[in-house]
Amino acid sequence: MAAGVAAWLPFARAAAIGWMPVANCPMPVAPRDHSKRQDELIILNVSGRRFQTWRTTLDRYPDTLLGSSEKEFFYNEEAKEYFFDRDPEAFRSVLNFYRTGKLHYPRAECIQAYDEELSFFGIIPEIIGDCCYEEYKDRKRENAERLQDDQEDKKDFKPPNMTFRETIWRAFENPHTSTMALVFYYVTGFFIAISVLTNVVETVPCGSTSQKDISCGQRYTVAFFCMDTACVMIFTVEYLLRLFAAPSRYLFMRSVMSIIDVVAIFPYYIGLVMTDNEDVSGAFVTLRVFRVFRIFKFSRHSQGLRILGYTLKSCASELGFLLFSLTMAIIIFATVMFYAEKGSSSTKFTSIPASFWYTIVTMTTLGYGDMVPKTIAGKIFGSICSLSGVLVIALPVPVIVSNFSRIYHQNQRADKRRAQKVQKARLARIRIAKKGSSNAYLQTKRNGLLNELLDLTASEEEQQHLNKTKSLLESQHHHLLHCLEKTTGHDFVDEQLFEQNCLEGALQPYRSRTPSTSSLEGMTGTCCSRRTKRSVPLPIANAPASHAHPLALTHTLPKSPGLQELSAINIQCAEKQIHSSSRSNLNMQTNEVDRRNCKQQKVTTAIISIQTANTGSPAEDGGHGLPNRGASVVTTTSSNIIKVSAL
Amino acid sequence: MSARWETEGLQTVGIVCLVFMFLKLMHLLGLIDITETDSSDSDLELSQVRHQPEGLDQLQTQTKFTKKELQSLYRGFKTECPSGLVDEETFKMIYSQFFPQGDATTYAHFLFNAFDLDRNGSIRFEDFVIGLSVLLRGTVTEKLNWAFNLYDINKDGYITKEEMLLIMQSIYDMMGRYTYPMVKDEAPSEHVEKFFQKMDRNRDGVVTIDEFIETCQKDENIMSSMQLFENVI
Repeated sequence: MAAGVAAWLPFARAAAIGWMPVANCPMPVAPRDHSKRQDELIILNVSGRRFQTWRTTLDRYPDTLLGSSEKEFFYNEEAKEYFFDRDPEAFRSVLNFYRTGKLHYPRAECIQAYDEELSFFGIIPEIIGDCCYEEYKDRKRENAERLQDDQEDKKDFKPPNMTFRETIWRAFENPHTSTMALVFYYVTGFFIAISVLTNVVETVPCGSTSQKDISCGQRYTVAFFCMDTACVMIFTVEYLLRLFAAPSRYLFMRSVMSIIDVVAIFPYYIGLVMTDNEDVSGAFVTLRVFRVFRIFKFSRHSQGLRILGYTLKSCASELGFLLFSLTMAIIIFATVMFYAEKGSSSTKFTSIPASFWYTIVTMTTLGYGDMVPKTIAGKIFGSICSLSGVLVIALPVPVIVSNFSRIYHQNQRADKRRAQKVQKARLARIRIAKKGSSNAYLQTKRNGLLNELLDLTASEEEQQHLNKTKSLLESQHHHLLHCLEKTTGHDFVDEQLFEQNCLEGALQPYRSRTPSTSSLEGMTGTCCSRRTKRSVPLPIANAPASHAHPLALTHTLPKSPGLQELSAINIQCAEKQIHSSSRSNLNMQTNEVDRRNCKQQKVTTAIISIQTANTGSPAEDGGHGLPNRGASVVTTTSSNIIKVSAL
Repeated sequence: MSARWETEGLQTVGIVCLVFMFLKLMHLLGLIDITETDSSDSDLELSQVRHQPEGLDQLQTQTKFTKKELQSLYRGFKTECPSGLVDEETFKMIYSQFFPQGDATTYAHFLFNAFDLDRNGSIRFEDFVIGLSVLLRGTVTEKLNWAFNLYDINKDGYITKEEMLLIMQSIYDMMGRYTYPMVKDEAPSEHVEKFFQKMDRNRDGVVTIDEFIETCQKDENIMSSMQLFENVI
């Protein structure tokens, strides 16, 4: 039940007077408010800062520290206040939770400190309101990741029993694990640098024989060839080793890094094969350009490069938009320029695609000057083009930049699906808590019935024991629901039980007859016969421990199990009532008259049910059968109690 | 010839574009005022109406609550409805929270009409407290009057079978689906029949206030349950 609504409970109970003239049964007794104290102010001293609030405000949540009697441990007799040695800042939001029913997460607070405060005061973080929940979850996840990173750094021990393959893979992935891995790491890095350098130097002209400059590559062919071979050797060995050590070869071959490796060493082998044929080798010379991809192998060595690549990938939509708008503008301006310059003689704007070059150069404010408009119209549109170019390029760039930083901070948050699952779990938990209130009522009813059966011979302490967990608010709310049951003559049941009853009603025609006959009786007679009949299935089906029991109980017996127990227990109850002492008078004053009247009807239901139960076993068998069944809460007292409560 | 036309034509177009953009720039800068119908969006959104209740002393004379009780009632009221007025939606939402298994909105609607004495669509604190005073501290006759007022939906002084059926249906709606035994569709109407058999003395199909009070006073169950909520506050 929500907090603020607790204040309206008196109103709801008063409004229940509207049901009274309509009801056919007498109403149950209201729970008495034993503590008739006036609402008083409580002083909460949190590390010197005094907070004051009404006692009823704190009582709204009886399952937290401040709402229960646990706070008495912190009571300071001399100052007549409750002293908590905790952070007053965090306590503010805790106390506001009691006041408003909503828990907020203060952004300035450290997430761990806040969590500790919440767990100290017994508040679950899931009830943080929607306004603050996302922030809370984000901070929590960041914190968890940071801790995980720290732990991974510390994790330098080698788990035992690693195969040779796994060792190599681990060495490749984390070079810091062993010296050999580190050496290998630096060696490959060095050779990548060497390879790139040789590619570059190869094309530098050095020295000139005859009239033309020749590049170094053509001059020192053998040296460069040896260098290239060495590098490719190293790269090939590395690639093969990685391929061997990879836990999933298929995945490894699909990954970007391995593709780069392959592309880097491929041209060499093709060049080896294709040395002879002059025509074809010309084309394959261009393959040499792919050697520059070796520079991308550096990304294994540099974390920054990897993050850059990843963020570019995730900014793809914004980049795409930029490209699209640019293309639109280029086409428009190129067309206009072409038609504007068509008239002038010896113009460079020979076609629209030719004008593309001019437009791009102008819009990016490069302005090479190799193509210039000569007509007035051309110049006008040319200037419009360059002005708009600045805008079109300048506008999306900050958007991309901000996206960059957002994604960068958000990295590893690629699973928004995980966040959705968390949200679903949170909503489910809140729903369960809400359902808990209706379940609490049903649980109380069962306890109440056990109470009734017990209170004839049980002691006061056991009663107290069963009742102690209910707060006054809860008992008043349950009394209200009980009144509604009495008004309409129907009872609240659990969803499971409802399904069960439906099933039972549908399956067995014999069985369905008796409930209808008894319900007919109930309609014409008082509600009490229905009441006692109702009292039986509930305890049968819901053993105090769990819900799994009811099905087990009903299915272990051979035929028409429910009815058999029904009949037996009805008779037991009847006997109980005959022996009823003054104890029952104390509690059920208003119902006693009806109970006495209904005894006749109780016995009749028992008889009817026995007849339709075709096993022919009379009540005694049922009575014998009962003590063999599972134990219940109370087994210490007389044998009568055991039989009854082995429901 | 045509080439020249094209060039000149484009020239004109270019110059026209330039002039247009210049004018637009002037307008944006505010130097030129191109007369357009400027729709003044000065909708002063009235913030929610706030209601202050009458003074404590006045309420004390009108109801049978003590000062402390009024204070505690007002605190609860104000926390839930800071504006001092409860509209029907809020009322339904609050009332539904007490009955998680069923649908309490219809009954809450009838309750709202019973509390909203001046039928202005919202309950003020005075209405709230006056209604509570009748329910908790009033005489049995006053309570029965209140109940009659609740059942009489159109407030004409008679309870017809249709009105009673609506009320009964709303009460059964609050039970929800999961009940034992299952609520049959005829249950409310059967209940209404029983009610009318009991209350309608002269069998004229309606229940008047006198019949109602007379019958209730004779029924001890009802009389005892009326006293049930004496000590709610």
